[in-house]
Amino acid sequence: MSQPDFELVAGLEVHCQLATRTKLFCGCVNGASGAEANTAVCPVCTGQPGSLPVLNKAAVELAFKAALALDCGLAGTSVFARKNYFYPDLPKAYQISQYAEPLAKGGAVVFTAGGVAKKARLQRIHLEEDAGKLLHAIGSRELDCTLVDFNRCGSPLIEIVSEPDIFSGSEAHAFLAALKEILLYAGVSHCDMEKGELRCDANISVRRKGDAALGTKVEIKNLNSFKAVKEALDHEFSRQVGVIEAGGRIVQETRLWDVEKRRTELMRSKEDAHDYRYFPDPDLAPLVAEPRWVEAVKASLPELPAARRMRYTEAFGLSGYDAEVLTSDRALGDYFEGAAKGLAPEAVKTCVNLITTDLLGRLNAESLPVGRCPLAPGALGSLAGLIHKGTLSTKLAKEVFSKAWDTGKAPEALVAELGLAQVSDEGQVREWVKAACSANAQAVADLKSGNGRAIGALVGAVMKLSKGKANPLLVNRRARPTRCS
Amino acid sequence: MSPDLSASGIAAGVGAGRLSAAEVLETRLARIRELDPRIRAFLKVHEDSARCRARALDERRAAGGRLGRLAGVPIALKDNIHARGWETTCGSKILQGFRAPFDSEVVERLMREDAVLVGKTNLDEFAMGSSTENSAFFPTANPWDLDRVPGGSSGGSAAAVASGMVPAALGSDTGGSVRQPAGFCGVVGVKPTYGLVSRRGLVAFASSLDQIGPLTATVEDAALMLSVAGGHDPKDSTSSPRPLPDYAGSLSGGVRGLRIGLPREYFTGGAHPETEKLVREGVASLERLGASVVEVSLPHTKHAISAYYVIAPCEASSNLARFDGVRYGVRARGGLSLEEDYAVARGSGFGPEVKRRVMLGTYALSAGYYDAYYGRAQKARALIRRDFEDVFGKVDVLATPTSPATAFRFNEKAEPMAMYLADIFTITANLAGIPGISVPCGLTQGLPVGLQFLADSFREDLLFRSAAALERERPFPVFPFAEGAGQGPRHEPA
Repeated sequence: MSQPDFELVAGLEVHCQLATRTKLFCGCVNGASGAEANTAVCPVCTGQPGSLPVLNKAAVELAFKAALALDCGLAGTSVFARKNYFYPDLPKAYQISQYAEPLAKGGAVVFTAGGVAKKARLQRIHLEEDAGKLLHAIGSRELDCTLVDFNRCGSPLIEIVSEPDIFSGSEAHAFLAALKEILLYAGVSHCDMEKGELRCDANISVRRKGDAALGTKVEIKNLNSFKAVKEALDHEFSRQVGVIEAGGRIVQETRLWDVEKRRTELMRSKEDAHDYRYFPDPDLAPLVAEPRWVEAVKASLPELPAARRMRYTEAFGLSGYDAEVLTSDRALGDYFEGAAKGLAPEAVKTCVNLITTDLLGRLNAESLPVGRCPLAPGALGSLAGLIHKGTLSTKLAKEVFSKAWDTGKAPEALVAELGLAQVSDEGQVREWVKAACSANAQAVADLKSGNGRAIGALVGAVMKLSKGKANPLLVNRRARPTRCS
Repeated sequence: MSPDLSASGIAAGVGAGRLSAAEVLETRLARIRELDPRIRAFLKVHEDSARCRARALDERRAAGGRLGRLAGVPIALKDNIHARGWETTCGSKILQGFRAPFDSEVVERLMREDAVLVGKTNLDEFAMGSSTENSAFFPTANPWDLDRVPGGSSGGSAAAVASGMVPAALGSDTGGSVRQPAGFCGVVGVKPTYGLVSRRGLVAFASSLDQIGPLTATVEDAALMLSVAGGHDPKDSTSSPRPLPDYAGSLSGGVRGLRIGLPREYFTGGAHPETEKLVREGVASLERLGASVVEVSLPHTKHAISAYYVIAPCEASSNLARFDGVRYGVRARGGLSLEEDYAVARGSGFGPEVKRRVMLGTYALSAGYYDAYYGRAQKARALIRRDFEDVFGKVDVLATPTSPATAFRFNEKAEPMAMYLADIFTITANLAGIPGISVPCGLTQGLPVGLQFLADSFREDLLFRSAAALERERPFPVFPFAEGAGQGPRHEPA
């Protein structure tokens, strides 16, 4: 027996911090984890005696948006429950979460792995509050005590639990990428993994191929990047297969992924597992989702990436690759649609090229998000139009793009101001070609003797004479050997 | 004592400028100095802050300002209700030194109506108990007999009102903790409908059962206090948005045509014969005024104690888990592991009754036991609630003894179960969420007996109507300590 005889089966639990202004049960700022420790706190989120939670409606709305975007079945009524355990980052000694009655069940994430479209079903989505953060060291200095920062405590999270429908590390990676894309599109979360806005735990088991029953599952925590998820799954698969092949048995336990050592290590065994003593939180009423409110939330959902991709290929005739690039970021897709508005169908392709090469290149070079692009979508669209109409050559268009980016001026205005309009006047182009031919006798001779590449020298000479304004199509046509005289 | 010195009398007098808030306060502070060394109702009297407040009110009045509905009324708070900046101990060592970081909603409301907060009263630790003997600091005595308990857990508030140290106090009632001490001390105590009074700033014992309620010398004062303390608080998700009715108006309503039910299960030998006799006499006096009296049944009453002693400890085990000594209160020190740190703080900070209930609740919520305990208790609770819904289709109010017997002696109920049974007539209202009032209906062997009226949710008006009528029919000696008497309680039923 060896690895090929086994298959990995994994389910993921993804925690996603909702992009609300305030925390889940109090008015403190959400997302202040980078601020000075314990500055975004109040009696509620630090668990002071006598404080009571008040549910943040915006968080509920985002949670429902996520559930709708992931095609889940929504619960008309869901119930907040207390998950009880002692830990210094949990000031009430219980986390307000949802247990027996989550707000959503079912749903799925569709993703592509190894070129094949796959689907992982979801088990549930529930809403809960985050815990604080413990500090055992500052920089390189070990502390002689542990400090706690409650800025993150009480931030709204949704936990998305998948069914065990993931069968490799790369599938897990692709699942997470697709999930993140949907959550970003729906505006549910900023999904910044470095800030801990997206966190993942994995339940992994192995079984002999062909077996229907699942093996004993091991939970892996501390997966802080997509890469870590993939590596941890691959590692855990080998480890578990190794144990079985050596005649051992997998025991139910929780393991931690060690990024440095790139391996999982035992965190706690089943015997040490917490008994969370869940029960409905008596401080909060059951959450009732009025059908009319749900409809309104549904209506506020933007078009999701899969639907948008399909529309781009069908309505705009874009390639699958271009559609993929343009929809990878909701803001980029919005930008594209703004730019393509009113363009002739053939000009759209030109517009896509401008976006995928010039615009993305420049944004990347300046580390700007699409949302802060200084060039308005309309400006880029008219630039594409100018190219399409033959007013600008692709080369001159790059210059106009750059000037428009720097000055904020409209492309048409720049073309006029700089006298950059392409010259398509047959007579003028003929004059330039004539002049170029007489100055490059060798090239003309080469062309005549059948060396097609010599045309480059002639075209270059025309462009030089015309200061780049000659319409290259006309130049090409004119400079063809048969007509070069 | 003159009726002017009821809360309503003080508010009217101070509001009209006939009385000075400062003088009213001094009278009460003098009484506290005189009596409290023996009764020990207060954990802390905030004299300076109260004087400052009373002076400010007098000045505002003198400058032509209008004062609120509790103008100059000295009020005591049970020490599990936050007043910002004051210590809130909950009668526990684990919270010693903890200062409230904010005002409770009820304190905000009292202050808005120009009350004068006098201090914090003693209680059973975290409101767990029926005698105030579970206070980590000292027991409080019953003003009617200093060898007896004042009841609990709001024993300090009841004793402070009964002895005239303050005309009104707030307590909290989770299973009878306002009504039972009110009955033992011969004052009026109200457990409002769940959700009528905000719990924000009340340190939670059992969140689904806790309600803050007033203790006063008269029914009118209880209505006044509730009309100020009650009302919707958007910051308490369990607070009802329903507007408050006019309680004062219901006081004079009379009981003609009122249908009073006597629940069979509350009159079947559980109560002391003398207690039962006085309660029946009280009801008979209302019948003479035109009320109709019928026997009714609440068949699931027998499950109340067991359901309560599962649900309340379950919630308490979770509510009290935050007391780990890390952020406030007693802290374990010195190179311990995290678990030892928790164990030392909680082991030394909590008293035996609190530990007992935390352990009970932790056990009942454990994996494998949840359905058998918490699940079944919730089912019993639903049945008890339905009993009341059924019966309130037939009658307007129920009348029962508040407690099976009068105040007992210190250490008389050393067995926890014996103590738990002291709440047998009061806990059903908490389980069902309905309101209840205890009003004195007479003395037996020199000790007050409380009559409890229960009504359907949000029908406090019916409770005040019934209790006010009873109060008029059977006037009760409000203060056991005659003016200047220093030897002990003296009671002269009118």
